[in-house]
Amino acid sequence: MEPFKTLTAIAAPLAIDNVDTDQIIPSREMKSVSRSGLADGLFAGWRYTRPADREPNPDFILNKPGFEAAQILVSGENFGCGSSREHAVWALAEYGIRAIVAKSFGDIFYTNCTRNGILPIVLPGAQVDSLLSAPPPVELTINLAAQTVTAPGFEASFDIKAFPKRLLQEGLDPIGLTKLNLPEITHFLQADRQARPWVYSTAPESD
Amino acid sequence: MTQAQTLFDKLWSLHRVADCGDGVDLIAIDRVCIHERTGAVALKGLEASGHGILDPARVFAVMDHIVSFRSGRGRDEARSPGGEVFITETRRLARKAGIHLIDTDDPRQGIVHVIAPELGIALPGLSLVCPDSHTCSLGALGTLAWGIGSSQTEHAMATGTLRVARPRQMRITVENSLPSGVSAKDLALHIIACFGVSGGQGCAIEYTGEAVSALSIEERLTLCNLSIEFSAFTALIAPDETTIDYLQGRQYAPDASMAAAAAANWRQLHSDQDARFDHEIRLDARDIRPMVSWGTSPGQSIPLGSAIPADADQQALDYMELRAGQSVDNLAIDGAFIGSCTNGRLSDLRAAAEILAGRQVAANVRAVCVPGSQAVRQAAEAEGLDQVFSDAGFEWGASGCAMCFYAGGETFPPGSRVISSTNRNFEGRQGPGVRTHLASPATVAASAVAGKITSPADPLFAA
Repeated sequence: MEPFKTLTAIAAPLAIDNVDTDQIIPSREMKSVSRSGLADGLFAGWRYTRPADREPNPDFILNKPGFEAAQILVSGENFGCGSSREHAVWALAEYGIRAIVAKSFGDIFYTNCTRNGILPIVLPGAQVDSLLSAPPPVELTINLAAQTVTAPGFEASFDIKAFPKRLLQEGLDPIGLTKLNLPEITHFLQADRQARPWVYSTAPESD
Repeated sequence: MTQAQTLFDKLWSLHRVADCGDGVDLIAIDRVCIHERTGAVALKGLEASGHGILDPARVFAVMDHIVSFRSGRGRDEARSPGGEVFITETRRLARKAGIHLIDTDDPRQGIVHVIAPELGIALPGLSLVCPDSHTCSLGALGTLAWGIGSSQTEHAMATGTLRVARPRQMRITVENSLPSGVSAKDLALHIIACFGVSGGQGCAIEYTGEAVSALSIEERLTLCNLSIEFSAFTALIAPDETTIDYLQGRQYAPDASMAAAAAANWRQLHSDQDARFDHEIRLDARDIRPMVSWGTSPGQSIPLGSAIPADADQQALDYMELRAGQSVDNLAIDGAFIGSCTNGRLSDLRAAAEILAGRQVAANVRAVCVPGSQAVRQAAEAEGLDQVFSDAGFEWGASGCAMCFYAGGETFPPGSRVISSTNRNFEGRQGPGVRTHLASPATVAASAVAGKITSPADPLFAA
């Protein structure tokens, strides 16, 4: 995973609420047991007038002149709601999106972003609205260490928990990190097996 | 005296392995369930990274998302072109990993959230995760269960834990009794419509009150299922005697040697009298009517017989080919679907069959019923419900997620209007250009017969 430090890039406005993961990557675009090969299906229902033959829809923001190189999306409330499919994040990352600014996010999508090098940024509604209504295209600068989003005449700061911030900044493997807690995990399991034996009585041979 | 705790507080403390700082805890995961659509890729990821699975005996792989729903389907038969690879890869990887595998031809097969209670994989007081957003359904048993992505699934399998930010807490108290003919589905849609799809954002929600206690386990599963459409982290209902009775004798439920100890433990799992929540909502069940969605988000739902709001979202209206102020009652439909993790259980099929008995689906409507599991299908067939559905003109399918979402392959045609007992009315969810109206199984059945959106309370269905 590529560490996230600072990013200056074009921001594409998607001025709607509740963009669900079915829109980000329709299920029919998930064609193999893989994290890759998904960028082509990103926003397929909106991005193509005829999804089957990939006829670009000129009205969709990412197809408009000036937004070809967009690496940031700006959207409304509840971005990434719906299905837990991490394919939505893999498709965005493969397409080249590195950050998403929204009024709020679906919880599962938010976590999926932070495991795949995409920075999800929650800003207050008025600040997001000012970005959505600015004359396009807007170039934003995001500084993760300082937790700021800036553009000419625009400055905002955002919150992020220490753990996802560290994952993004350092491109870390969270499993490797948690394995450092193995002594505590082992201790927990030993005590819990005594307290709740029924949790541990599911050996596969009983299938 | 210790501070009063909520049910969620108790479940969280029971599973807290370590404090990771900044409001994040390392939480022990008792069960991981995966399915072929988003779980196989997690197994593959673990294989590639070499991390291994901490305790394969507590991981369950189920085939449900991409399996064909054709009665008499083949072992590897998918419902979308090229989908077989999800089935064959899951089987190969699950066997190699030594985890439980509930394969396409296993009599226990079905939608993961339907079979987890049926088999006692989900139990009160357990923590359970699955790379599927509707995992919150299992809170109906008092299980701390929530949906995650594939990367976190790898983490849960490899370490038996997840790092989780402690969510805020909400209590929804539903007082009095639901009117006759009003279902748990209607209650859930009512809540989402009243408080918005972001109404439960980031919250662990506990449902309580007279109307909730009166629900069967199947109905509780429906109510909790839709909490993700309310943006909740998860949902919970305190286990009670209904829960304990339901679980008795199920395959992975505590056996006779442990049943009494487990039940005693489960009876402690409730919110203390003075426990505090970050948010409280109180509802009167008597206000709730049969609901139907008009738009492209579950929050865009209204009681049958009422009008689409004047300030309705234009993009949703355009997609659905509707106008603000219009009623959706009597809109002609082209399709009807009964099934899914929301409403694919035996009581759902019974409610629909009650309407369908001795009646016929309207001539121009394609109607499909897919039981949520093979056990549900078998139980329904034992009661003759399959005959009721078939005689009425419904197709009778083999269990799986089926037409709840489109994955390629066969579905309703573009532009068609479908009434569906499922959970999402998103654009294109049931197929490109398909217009989905969410409703209860009884409303779906009544509409299928009438050929237009119709309440089960319509005089047409008077006994």
